[in-house]
Amino acid sequence: MPSDPLVAQHVLEFPGGYTRTTGPVIGRFLSELRARRIVGVRTAEGRVHVPPLEYDPATGEPVTGEYVEVGPAGTITTWAWVAEPLDAHPLDQPFAWALIRLDGADSDLLHAVAAENPKALAAGARVWPVWRDRPTGHITDISHFAPEVTKIVSEVRAEYRLQVGGALRVFLEGVERGVFLGSRCEQCEKVYVPLRLACPECGNTLPETLELPDTGTITTFAINNLPDPRAPEVPFVSAYILLDGADIPMIALIGDVPAHEVRQGMRVKAVWVPESERTATMANIRWFAPTGEPDVELT
Amino acid sequence: MRDVAIVAFAQTRHTDHDTGLSEHELIHPVISEVKERTGLRRFGFTCSGSCDYLAGAPFSFVSALDALAAWPPISESHVEMDGAWALYEAWVRLQHGDIDSALVYGFGKSSLGDLRTIMTLQLDPYYLAPLGLDQLSYAALQAAAVGADRQELDEIVRRSRADGRSNPYAFDLPDLSDKEDFAVQPLTKTDVPPITDGAAAIVLAAGDLATELCDRPAYIRGIAHRTEPHYLGLRDLARSASAADAARAAGVGKGPVEVAELHAQFPHEEIILRRALELGGDTVINPSGGPLAANPVMATGLIRLGEAARRIHDGTASRTVAHAASGPCLQQNLVTVLEA
Repeated sequence: MPSDPLVAQHVLEFPGGYTRTTGPVIGRFLSELRARRIVGVRTAEGRVHVPPLEYDPATGEPVTGEYVEVGPAGTITTWAWVAEPLDAHPLDQPFAWALIRLDGADSDLLHAVAAENPKALAAGARVWPVWRDRPTGHITDISHFAPEVTKIVSEVRAEYRLQVGGALRVFLEGVERGVFLGSRCEQCEKVYVPLRLACPECGNTLPETLELPDTGTITTFAINNLPDPRAPEVPFVSAYILLDGADIPMIALIGDVPAHEVRQGMRVKAVWVPESERTATMANIRWFAPTGEPDVELT
Repeated sequence: MRDVAIVAFAQTRHTDHDTGLSEHELIHPVISEVKERTGLRRFGFTCSGSCDYLAGAPFSFVSALDALAAWPPISESHVEMDGAWALYEAWVRLQHGDIDSALVYGFGKSSLGDLRTIMTLQLDPYYLAPLGLDQLSYAALQAAAVGADRQELDEIVRRSRADGRSNPYAFDLPDLSDKEDFAVQPLTKTDVPPITDGAAAIVLAAGDLATELCDRPAYIRGIAHRTEPHYLGLRDLARSASAADAARAAGVGKGPVEVAELHAQFPHEEIILRRALELGGDTVINPSGGPLAANPVMATGLIRLGEAARRIHDGTASRTVAHAASGPCLQQNLVTVLEA
């Protein structure tokens, strides 16, 4: 309410921050952090406290001055999940606060742990420090801890040049003209589309090439919820379409109909791109769309 | 030890927002009330508890002295802690034997800033404060360490709110709904005490003065303050060793406890404290509603003493316990045993 003259904003601030001396024990810990090492101090009773304090809180005795490198990994003993980080928090996305028993320590270090979600964390989980790029000797030189590495992502990429020849070339030339070409086996009488040079069942060459209509029936289909560059939108439907006169279904997109209305036995017809845009590729067929004819009983 | 009793107690009708009253205006009614009740106009000693960071002003407690009639000069002290520790200082002062009365008060307006992050300023500046660890975050860590059933925690909140609704000084907070959102998991938003502005005052009297001022004084039979390491990684957060030590030193277990007023700001703290103080099922916990029904920071602990004493003053109990806490995750605990 900045417009209300009886309400004022008041800020308490120490510009530039307070300068605090660290003393020898905390100073040593912070210096080690700057060198990307985590040390604890040994107490007179032999315990290793991380982070170190000048006195053992249990006995009030000064600590020994023996510094022990610990970690850098440790085990979560207790944690709490912050779904909505505050400005002052170490991470700006959801994270956990955790008490971490670093390897070789007898007390817990409190710090932030990055994790994708609270289910990824548990008491006993192993975590490792993630260091800030330029350590300065500050507790935040450790940016945060992260779960132990248990998996990696492998990139795989190889490039190939594919040449269309043989039966596929003939089929695609048909597609360029706006027809589906199939072939018929004289022995088993099955009609294959796309056209093939040999019958996969009988092994005979298939000399007979025939033109098939661009209408057919959906035999089965899948609703896809992951985007695909070939599909207009998500979700999209890909279906097996048995062209009229064919014995082997062809896979194609279904369009011009809501995904939930697509069904087995639905009659469809290819939607071709305009003749002027046609090429010898399957992109000639935008998708198959319902014809409105009654559904066909599938055998 | 000299017999010292709580002979009067007053608190404000706490508010969940800043009414615009200055601090001495907030305190003045409760000071006047205990003066009226005891008939005392001057006290052998005066001690207050407050925190400058709540108002964001250095020495803010000094201007609060305007509520006291501090001229001619009075013998006065202040603790930068809950008013319960001001009472402890006053009790020690009364043990000297040269004075017989003390005025104690605590006050705070936590509505002025963001209490959750203001509480970060109490943390050590080397290891904890630079991480931005806030009040709800460290409380959630302790809740996780306790690992109590959600049902048990909700039952504590439900009971506290129901008791608060019948306490005219506390808030009328609604009952819990079925599903509550997390503040910082596992802490839900209803596990968090309400932001509260308020104040409280108590008069202590020693020796014969106690019976002159009060029909049924609440005698302090034991009072002890214990602390444990500040750094959370050096403690077993599921337990409160210092509260248990303080309870033993104050003699909580020497007799039955009819009522315990616990400075448990979160339901898991009540579970820890009940165990530490070894309170059985016969003890009524926080019949006032406790901090979950009104939490005027810096007066909340003192109110626990006042509420525990009130049960003795009105004759409904003859042995009660008051607990006050300070620091992150119940770092410091003050336990007082009161008897008729």
